[in-house]
Amino acid sequence: MRLRGRHWFSKTGLWIGLAFLYIPIVSMIFFSFNNSRLVTVWDAPNSPTLKWYGELFRNDQILGAAWLSVRIAAMTATGAVILGTLAGLVLARFGPFRGRAMLSGMTTAPLVMPEVITGLSLLLLFVALQQLIGWPATRDATTITIAHITFSMAYVTIVVQSRLAGFDNSLEEAALDLGAKPAKVFFRITLPLIVPAILSGWLLAFTLSWDDVVVSQFVAGPGSTTLPMVVFSKVRLGVSPDVNALATIMVLIVAVGVAISAVWMRRQERRREREMQMAAAANNK
Amino acid sequence: MPRLPPPIPSTRLLTGRLGPWWHLFFRFGPPRWTQYMRHNWAGKRLVIAVPYLWLLLFFLVPFIIVFKISFSEVRLAMPPYAPLWEFVSDKAVDIRLNFGNYLFLLTDDLYISSYLYSLKVAAISTVFCLLLAYPMAYAIARSTPATRNLYLMLIILPFWTSFLLRVYAWIGLLKNNGVINNFLIWAGVIDTPITMMQTDFAVFIGIVYSYLPFMILPLYSNLEKHDHTLLEAAADLGANPIVSFLRITLPLSVPGIVAGSLLVFIPAVGEYVIPSLLGSSDQLMIGRVLSDEFFANRDWPVASAVAIAMLLFLMVPIMVFQRYQARELAGSK
Repeated sequence: MRLRGRHWFSKTGLWIGLAFLYIPIVSMIFFSFNNSRLVTVWDAPNSPTLKWYGELFRNDQILGAAWLSVRIAAMTATGAVILGTLAGLVLARFGPFRGRAMLSGMTTAPLVMPEVITGLSLLLLFVALQQLIGWPATRDATTITIAHITFSMAYVTIVVQSRLAGFDNSLEEAALDLGAKPAKVFFRITLPLIVPAILSGWLLAFTLSWDDVVVSQFVAGPGSTTLPMVVFSKVRLGVSPDVNALATIMVLIVAVGVAISAVWMRRQERRREREMQMAAAANNK
Repeated sequence: MPRLPPPIPSTRLLTGRLGPWWHLFFRFGPPRWTQYMRHNWAGKRLVIAVPYLWLLLFFLVPFIIVFKISFSEVRLAMPPYAPLWEFVSDKAVDIRLNFGNYLFLLTDDLYISSYLYSLKVAAISTVFCLLLAYPMAYAIARSTPATRNLYLMLIILPFWTSFLLRVYAWIGLLKNNGVINNFLIWAGVIDTPITMMQTDFAVFIGIVYSYLPFMILPLYSNLEKHDHTLLEAAADLGANPIVSFLRITLPLSVPGIVAGSLLVFIPAVGEYVIPSLLGSSDQLMIGRVLSDEFFANRDWPVASAVAIAMLLFLMVPIMVFQRYQARELAGSK
């Protein structure tokens, strides 16, 4: 009790921090309903209005770029999950092997690598490859996807690796002892254990790809402009009300998604607890 | 994974349902797929090889190429750099290593001042981020498990929305006729708007705002593991809260502080989007210089040299971060 009483300082800090995090988002949403083109000057007689939402959905450039971004992000997330799960499995379960330190270095470095360096180096690689073997002939969605997979698989690796480190490998060893083949052990035991990590890794990779502007700018060709690139070139010139509308829609989607996943995870957790209790009860009999 | 016994010649192949002659093919051909997996080696190597080769090709090799191009000369062609070696005749190879790009970086004020400015901005932002994040992480770690999850969700939620749009949101707040100035004028605190856009202040705000979760999460995961009994013992022995914080909690949380600070500092040095949107155009950060060199001047060799020099600066922090990360993942076992 004595320890609980004196947290007023950090509690205040927490609320200040949360206000700092949310005030910009709330103000952005608020002004998306403003009629005025000046965005932050509230045009009281004509607001609130959905004008900018209508404008957004009539803007073919934004819609096309959004569709391209969704496709790239989905491909990126899937590729990153496959590669990242393999890397996480190798790092968490395969024990020492030659070159392990290098693999672990190559998976953590992209977490902190400045984006301009990643973008530049990948573009120079693509140019060199084009000269050498003629692929990739043009820079398009494929090169963007490859670049995105490369930097987002690091996040998946970390998530999967730390989830695996949370379980000891006695279940897998038991299955191996009982004669299951390694592939079967992976699909029947390891994979179900790390499904939550894989799901959150997929979402994380999707978000990172959906959000990326710097790396895309380097590796994109003339015909492939992603949504963040469009938004970036728009907001460089100053505020623009339809960007506020776009942001509001994205915040809404994320909030709904997070709420759903929170409910789902809670249900999953409860089910596991119940099963554990039942197993314990069965053991005691 | 346990070492499995060496392969036993399969008797099933000799008498199996594949027929009498097929076994010869298998006997002297490659072993079966399942055998690969059971006796481990090839399967294991395959699993290792896939992510390994991907990272080698798309992460390591690109750096070697950047390194190589940083020594070449710019020229008007596509790609706009001269090859490092050329076969001038059948036997002679002309190798041209050009250190000019690096000399250029050292002699031109623009580059040195942008490097120093980037390091300064990143360091100051990291300190502010730490000052804001520490009490938050502390409060979350000390709250009950149910509220803890709620707080963590609230911290992570903005991270899921677009980074670009969150930086954009600050333009609306900070600009001359933005929300903050309008509010202050309305409240009568000031008469003329304060210029906040395109200042260092705006860049600090942008970096602290965008990277705050990266600071809070490592700090939280460290603070959460602390042993309460230590603080109780200190209190029993008469230490006041401030002393026990300084002598117990703070030293124990150093790994979290280091990890969080590096996660903010390293990417912030090369930050491009935040200074482009919020910062001034007089003093550029190095990320902006690199991309201007590349896109506007089309000088790929100098851009590569800038990247390599930035990597040299960041090499030590990156390696510290990697060691920390490896220890953290090994420790949570």
